[in-house]
Amino acid sequence: MATIAHLMPPGEKIANRIDIEVDEGVTLEDIITRFKVAPELAHLVLVNGVYIEPHERETSGLIKENDVVAIWPPVAGG
Amino acid sequence: MAWTKKYLRVNLTEGTIKVEDLNMAWANEYLGQRGLATRYLIDEIDPKCDALSPENKMIMTTGPLTGTMASTGGRYSVVCKSPLTGAVACSNSGGLFGAELKSAGWDMIIFEGKSASPVYLSIQNEKAELLSAEALWGKSVWEADAILHKTHQDPQLKVAAVGRSAEQGCLYAAIVNDMHRAAGRSGVGTVMASKNLKAVVVRGTRGVGNIKDMPRFMDATNAGKAVLAENPVTGQGLPALGTQVLMNVINEVGAMPTRNMRETQFEGAHKIAGEAMLEPRKSDGKPNLTRNGGCFGCTIACGRISTIDRTHFSVQDKPEYWGNSGGLEYEAAWAMGSDCGVDDLDALTYANFLCNEDGMDPISFGATLAAAMEMFEDGDLTTEQTGGMELKFGSAEALCWAAEVVATGEGFGADLGLGSKRLCEKYGRPELSMTVKGQEFPAYDPRGMQGMGLTYATSNRGACHLRSYTVSSEVLGVPVKTDPLETDGKADLVKAFQDATAAVDSAGLCIFTTFAWSMEDIAPQVDAACEGEWSVEKMLEVGERVWQLERQFNQAAGIGGDQDTLPKRLLTEGAGSGPAQGKVAELDKMLPQYYELRGWNTDGSMTDATRQKWNLPA
Repeated sequence: MATIAHLMPPGEKIANRIDIEVDEGVTLEDIITRFKVAPELAHLVLVNGVYIEPHERETSGLIKENDVVAIWPPVAGG
Repeated sequence: MAWTKKYLRVNLTEGTIKVEDLNMAWANEYLGQRGLATRYLIDEIDPKCDALSPENKMIMTTGPLTGTMASTGGRYSVVCKSPLTGAVACSNSGGLFGAELKSAGWDMIIFEGKSASPVYLSIQNEKAELLSAEALWGKSVWEADAILHKTHQDPQLKVAAVGRSAEQGCLYAAIVNDMHRAAGRSGVGTVMASKNLKAVVVRGTRGVGNIKDMPRFMDATNAGKAVLAENPVTGQGLPALGTQVLMNVINEVGAMPTRNMRETQFEGAHKIAGEAMLEPRKSDGKPNLTRNGGCFGCTIACGRISTIDRTHFSVQDKPEYWGNSGGLEYEAAWAMGSDCGVDDLDALTYANFLCNEDGMDPISFGATLAAAMEMFEDGDLTTEQTGGMELKFGSAEALCWAAEVVATGEGFGADLGLGSKRLCEKYGRPELSMTVKGQEFPAYDPRGMQGMGLTYATSNRGACHLRSYTVSSEVLGVPVKTDPLETDGKADLVKAFQDATAAVDSAGLCIFTTFAWSMEDIAPQVDAACEGEWSVEKMLEVGERVWQLERQFNQAAGIGGDQDTLPKRLLTEGAGSGPAQGKVAELDKMLPQYYELRGWNTDGSMTDATRQKWNLPA
């Protein structure tokens, strides 16, 4: 999302979320690659709102059915 | 230029203006702007005085880098005692006004007393005079701005003014400069209006001078600009989406205060987020956001210039609001949106325009309305008090109406202008006020971000995110990621953020640079511009001294450690959803350690040793 929102399918930018189907054992890294997010832009990776450390993103089994995965580039504001 | 070493003292009671030399011993201790003006304030007023009496003073102040070519070097602050909190107020603004004041040759202006009739201060370089504002009183900021430009026949005139809300005594009135930048928080506009001072207009053409080492300053500021340009936050995220880049993020992590902080996630967040501001609307195919905008000297340019859908109910009969103007920042979009349960982007933009037009702090306005909505839904308030308006959560009509009546102080608008604390007390529900020291919360729920709980509780100007933005570390991982639900280490983190922020606020720079800059980037710029030695260590020392000085002011004003707390809701009611579900703000786990780090007593009071260490006034 944010400056990588264009990587979402057309028409889904405002809703900012889509349902995806993944194979069992998929890793976060697989999803990041699938959406063509450059590694340096996959800064904030959350599963159900909880931050996942970079070294954990290649671990399979972290994601279950109906989980929400969110990916942001480095952002800040206030 | 670094300090001009001159400031104006304007006595509004006597109608006199004097030129005085800047106290350079204090400048060496407090640098400028926030710190230095607070040093003057604590020296010149009784902290116990009534904030709206002539005894209070109001200082408009720049920093040494204001008006220079340092990126974001255009900031100014307004320092006084706050009528909203009774604590020290220091509100910071961008735009062009601060740099113009500096270019006219002045580090600051101290306003004292109260004029017998409405006046404004006109500054044309060294010429300063008080002029009648009879024709401006009762006008909005935007109307006053137009009249002043016409009167002075100068399109380059920079104007800072108060609107009708301030004249009517709204306790969170802002001072608006350059149409849509504001010294927004703590009611500094209310203080200005209480002095019968409607506006300050300034034209400065003296330009930059007095830089200690100009070649080194050029190198240091260029290096700083390169860092900002290359950083993804300041080089890409903020220009593209502004602060509104945060709406979806903060909602996702479950720290989005919703419906007067009853909940921590808002189902309509995506409709009012920065991403939504870029999407073409149905009526005319244009997005809400026209372009980004920058303040003086800024190479980030996070500002939003927006339009409202002309077919929207709020403006369909008001073509005066069809043009481009200052659009939604995250804090305004949150307070008027999520906190009031409103997901109508055009309604929020309209209310935001009104906050700029008549000078209301949109955070305090939105949060006060949210408290009123909760009281309305609980039956403590009825249409009898509101004059017929149904103040229901989610009502875009109620939001637009509320902004209109607070702007003019009409009817229930006067009650809403009291701020959340006084409004909730008036209608018998003090526990529903989401405030610290009387100031409304900004857009981060401390149950989902423990460091922000300590930040709010200990902020010297009441609940505020701009005193220690631990969000940066706890959620965004800038510069390093910490666990938002953890309390360990947060006392150190908060203190570090508080000190660094106070130093930046005293330099004339924008705090948003710190998403990319560390003090290693900032100190060389200050050191090249200002006489004396300004190392990283010295800058952090200045920051801590400023923090201790503000605390000293508050203690002398009668605001002690017993007010370093949070509303009961946040301490006892667990978050309803998201990662922080069931979690409360665990302030008690952090506060004692924080006091120890500050060198204060266990009750939060200042020790003599700490006062001496920082050379604070008695």
